[in-house]
Amino acid sequence: MIAAATGFSQTKIEYAAVVPMLVIFGVAMLGVVIEAFVPRRLRYVVQVAVTLLGLLAAFLTLIFSARDHKAVTAGGSVVIDGPALMFQGTVLVLSFLAVLVMAERFDTPSIDAFTQSGASVPGSPMETNAVRLGATSTEVFPLVLFAVGGMMLFPAAGDLLTVFIALEVLSLPLYILTGLARRRRLLSQEASMKYFLLGAFSSAFFLFGAALVFGYAGSLNFGTIAAAVSAGSGRDGILIPGIFLVAVGLLFKIGAVPFHSWTPDAYQGAPTPVAGFMAACTKVAAFGAFLRVFYVAFPGMKWNWQPIVVVVAILTMVVGAVLSVTQTDIKRLLAYSSITQAGFILVGVVALDRQAVSGTIVYVITYGFATIAAFALVAMVRSGGNEATHLSQWAGLGKTSPVVAALMALMMIAFAGIPLTSLFTAKYAIFSAAVGHGGTWLALIGVIFSAVAAFVYVRVIVLMYFSEPTGDTVVLTPSALTGIAVTVAAVLTVALGVFPTPLLDMAHNYSQFMR
Amino acid sequence: MNHYSYYPLLIFAALGTGFAVFSVLGAAGLAGPKRYNRAKADAYECGIQPSPHADGGGRVPIKYYLTAMLFIVFDIESVFLYPFAVNFDRMGLFALVEMVLFVITVFVAYAYVWRRGGLEWD
Repeated sequence: MIAAATGFSQTKIEYAAVVPMLVIFGVAMLGVVIEAFVPRRLRYVVQVAVTLLGLLAAFLTLIFSARDHKAVTAGGSVVIDGPALMFQGTVLVLSFLAVLVMAERFDTPSIDAFTQSGASVPGSPMETNAVRLGATSTEVFPLVLFAVGGMMLFPAAGDLLTVFIALEVLSLPLYILTGLARRRRLLSQEASMKYFLLGAFSSAFFLFGAALVFGYAGSLNFGTIAAAVSAGSGRDGILIPGIFLVAVGLLFKIGAVPFHSWTPDAYQGAPTPVAGFMAACTKVAAFGAFLRVFYVAFPGMKWNWQPIVVVVAILTMVVGAVLSVTQTDIKRLLAYSSITQAGFILVGVVALDRQAVSGTIVYVITYGFATIAAFALVAMVRSGGNEATHLSQWAGLGKTSPVVAALMALMMIAFAGIPLTSLFTAKYAIFSAAVGHGGTWLALIGVIFSAVAAFVYVRVIVLMYFSEPTGDTVVLTPSALTGIAVTVAAVLTVALGVFPTPLLDMAHNYSQFMR
Repeated sequence: MNHYSYYPLLIFAALGTGFAVFSVLGAAGLAGPKRYNRAKADAYECGIQPSPHADGGGRVPIKYYLTAMLFIVFDIESVFLYPFAVNFDRMGLFALVEMVLFVITVFVAYAYVWRRGGLEWD
């Protein structure tokens, strides 16, 4: 008893390394205070400004402080190393663009993407009252910041418990955001419910796996687990199921088959800018965490988990590519596209070396920019007050609104991985990582299913340019917010395809995990 | 590493499945007494008649949910405050600052609920 009490030691925290996360959580708290005390008509402007400044401040502290203070800190539960910095910076930049898109109101406060009052039943007196008062869900901005904070901690976590906490911190705000769509509210609430229930299931799988791994290694810390694995204790019977269950929790967030079933429903029901944010930023954080868990804690068990990841990668590519062919809704199509892309990344993840880490970093960055832009463009195309998400409503867009059609075509070309776009660079980086480790056949499957997926993207382009316009599809003129976000994403999509070297070099320099 | 190391995994899965099937389908039917009385239809410490003729058709006002959430938030806060108070002398200024930050965090959420009308019952 006394020994335990005197054994107390204060944990050292390297504040210079974790300051970006502290800034994000601090600004998120500030956002909640703003919601509580700032008058309703000012909230939108104040929230947007505070959120964007917070993200900018966090990014600056990341570059000028955290980058020079790489450390294993907070008693080993947070690791700020090269990959962690890359994934955190990517999340910050992508969420900055995503917040710009979320703040879009098309010059009319009543047609932003979010509901007046999330707690009200659609069509109820409570909702009517909220509309009359001119209520808006400006809570989305603090919610996004909380999610961003979780996404920054997720790839920087140094033990399984911190991974779990980060998983919940990033997931819970996303469940709420998914249910806040202004239009098609029942669909949105249904999506939120499905996402929440399946997310809770996957969290439980993860926790059970973490408990089994703890039973094997006697610790949740990645370094200690890796040491216990390489020492070997003959109790593989609890380690192997532990690893697989941990993998289930992480692959769920990645959206890999067979844990993908929430993706199309959640993306379709969620407010379109939120779907873009989820698709881009969650993928960054989830791949970061997956790489750290499997590369730092379980490299000694690679003969057991590599075959499983290979199978999951193939299934993900096949199911994603084949099912995206049959989609008639642009948001579901983008959702299945995100599943396919996750499969391509998993092809590289199998390789278990630095090249795979840098390939994954390049892929999630390039995919993130293209995805946020694609969803931002979807939010502009309207029909009868709703978003025109059915593919037939996109027919002939090339004639009626050439700019939006051209930008969408650019994103589709990029998703297909055509040379001189950013995702070609990424695919090259990720597949060459697989080839370097005897995964040539796997990379070949990846290339084949890239071709299948390309058919889907080309079909959207053909529909926009070689079909006659039908119906009452209109394209809203966005404000500077979406304009900036889409322009930046489009420029980067081309630039990173034409001049890929700086990004490839940077990803390579920041690809070494600290153990 | 050979395939023998997967046997515990299979046995583990079989035991798990067997336990679930046995306890749901077998044990409850075999060992459980089947004496019906009114108390069996009551929800534990709830005070609301759940079945067969539930109040309000089985619907519960969503306001209860917010109250329950607030209760849990402060419950959890006290869970952390007790060990902190007991070990206050040994942990010094660092722990005090951390605790103050934690309490501020909880009160920001409370202030939000209060300002946005979450504490008004009607």
